[in-house]
Amino acid sequence: MESSRRKFLKIAGLSVLGVGAKPVLDSLVQAGEPTYATDQEALEGTHWAMVVDMKKCRDDCRDCITACHRGHNVPEINNAKHEIKWIWNEDFKHAFPTQEHEHLAERLERQPFMVLCNHCDNPPCVRVCPTQATFKRKEDGVVMMDFHRCIGCRFCMAACPYGSRSFNWFNPRNYLDDTNPDFPTRAKGVVEKCNFCAERLAIGKIPLCVEACKEKALVFGDLDDPNSEVRKILRERFSIRRKPGLGTGPNIFYVI
Amino acid sequence: MLEKPLFGSKKYYGWMTALIALIGVGVICFLYQLYVGLGTTGMSRDVSWGIYIAQLIFLVGVAASAVMVVLPYYLHNYKEFGRITILGEFLAVSAILMCMLFVFVDLGRPFRLLNIFLYPTLNSIMFWDVMVLNGYLLLNIVIGWITLSAERKGIRPPRWIKPLIYLSIPWAISIHTVTAFLFAGLPGRGYWLTAIMAPRFLASAFAGGPALLIILSLIIRRFTKFDPGTKAIQMLARIVTYAAIVNVFFFFLEVFTVFYSQIPEHMDHFKYLFFGLEGHGILRPYMWASMSLAFVAILLLILQQVRHNERLLGLACVMIFISIWIDKGLGIISGGFVPNPMHQVTEYSPTVPELFITLGVYAIGFTVLTVLYKIAVAVKEEVRA
Ligand code: SF4
Ligand code: SF4
Repeated sequence: MESSRRKFLKIAGLSVLGVGAKPVLDSLVQAGEPTYATDQEALEGTHWAMVVDMKKCRDDCRDCITACHRGHNVPEINNAKHEIKWIWNEDFKHAFPTQEHEHLAERLERQPFMVLCNHCDNPPCVRVCPTQATFKRKEDGVVMMDFHRCIGCRFCMAACPYGSRSFNWFNPRNYLDDTNPDFPTRAKGVVEKCNFCAERLAIGKIPLCVEACKEKALVFGDLDDPNSEVRKILRERFSIRRKPGLGTGPNIFYVI
Repeated sequence: MLEKPLFGSKKYYGWMTALIALIGVGVICFLYQLYVGLGTTGMSRDVSWGIYIAQLIFLVGVAASAVMVVLPYYLHNYKEFGRITILGEFLAVSAILMCMLFVFVDLGRPFRLLNIFLYPTLNSIMFWDVMVLNGYLLLNIVIGWITLSAERKGIRPPRWIKPLIYLSIPWAISIHTVTAFLFAGLPGRGYWLTAIMAPRFLASAFAGGPALLIILSLIIRRFTKFDPGTKAIQMLARIVTYAAIVNVFFFFLEVFTVFYSQIPEHMDHFKYLFFGLEGHGILRPYMWASMSLAFVAILLLILQQVRHNERLLGLACVMIFISIWIDKGLGIISGGFVPNPMHQVTEYSPTVPELFITLGVYAIGFTVLTVLYKIAVAVKEEVRA
């Protein structure tokens, strides 16, 4: 990675010096490591975030969960202790435990809130990981997991104040009927969580949950772009985040 | 010196056979856990660390407590500890070994352990914990072995060992401090988010470790010709007394802060442990037992007559030891994870294979401890004869 970037800079430098840009760029492409996506295709953003519009979200709908869990081969384990969850429903009082009170609007009290990894600005899970298996992408702020590097120490689970991480207590493949061949399945003994559909962003697609929501209750966008849809909503409406007092800087916003 | 552990009494062979049998059962259970996954344990999405990590915390304390004999002996020239320092150092060696094994059996992917060294992550406390534990293990092996060899030959230990001994003193403090940092500094875990975590750990270590050392000394005196010395044991007893009092004091400092501030996120963990929360509270009896044992033991230890009576002293030490084992081995971990960050209560209790793996690791530790003590005691008997 590092060396190819350096090579690129060198070659780019040469081309600026006018040593025949075309052949140089060609050689770069040929030298090519496997390319997953070209920059043109990838969605451009430097600070991805999501807004969950609870006014639009339907209580009985699970479209986003189904789409995400299918697309990412998340096994369905019917035991709360061993569940794997990337995106799921939680009562207001559990999603926002410090903001709950007796006289909450009835609607909020019974409405299920969509929760997922907050892709925090200052993620404690990244801070504690001893192997950098959990890391934050500098370019767009997505908090990623390298399943092949994770040693399964579960320190990140203790550190995440949102319960956003799941551990594979058993072989998850035993709980999958049909798998999506375009996304890897995991093995036992590693941690996993929502990856903001990094694999889709790279090919210019929005996250699966957002795409699956017919009510348009989920909105995905770039916080650094003042014209983005997310910024527009946040400008106009009142929004809350989960446990903002902890300083993790969650990037999932709820308008209620 | 290495041949010493090969020969011994019938009782010795019996003890070793029992330990090896336990290790065997532990290994089988571990292989099963490897094959099936950590789902064989009682841990869950909500309580993602259990008895293994709890033993790690407890044993780091035992290891750190070696400093309680090393420090008076080397820094204050308290001669009475001369015969006992080696016991403290070897106890530290076996305790650290167990700590590492407990980390190993707790990993989801144990054979990727090397990743910690391949991708060193300076901001991860876990990295530092592994570093200081390894360093401490090495220090104690070298110090223990060199001083014992010198003693056997009847010569003074080489001079280069002195700086290592001095280094081992702050190092002992560091292993328990870093282990406390694993917990104290995580947002959203009210029970652990306290600056007094490290001092509390140290106080309980300095009570529990020397208590164990007293028990071991009494056993050694009973079964071998080597006498660690009444004076040394009495001094240790005083250390245990003070440390146990400080430990309880620290606990009440914590209770005050949490309950006077009335912040639910901090109170609810204590409530869960001592009174139960939302109808759950399997640890209640244990926590109260731990509290009561600590109080009774302290009362006993404060009385000079009791402290001087070795039977009663032994009893008080056992009480302290159990009290601290419950607090650290059960309370700290479960108390921190329950309720979870979303304020839901999921309880934890270890499963049978998990318990056997735990016992197996302890059996390995005790095997190493027995072998090391056998060597040390044999050398001491030889020198005296
Ligand atoms: S929500 Fe949890 S897992 Fe996600 S980035 Fe924040 S701390 Fe990490
Ligand atoms: S479980 Fe994996 S991702 Fe989590 S802290 Fe440990 S190594 Fe990192």
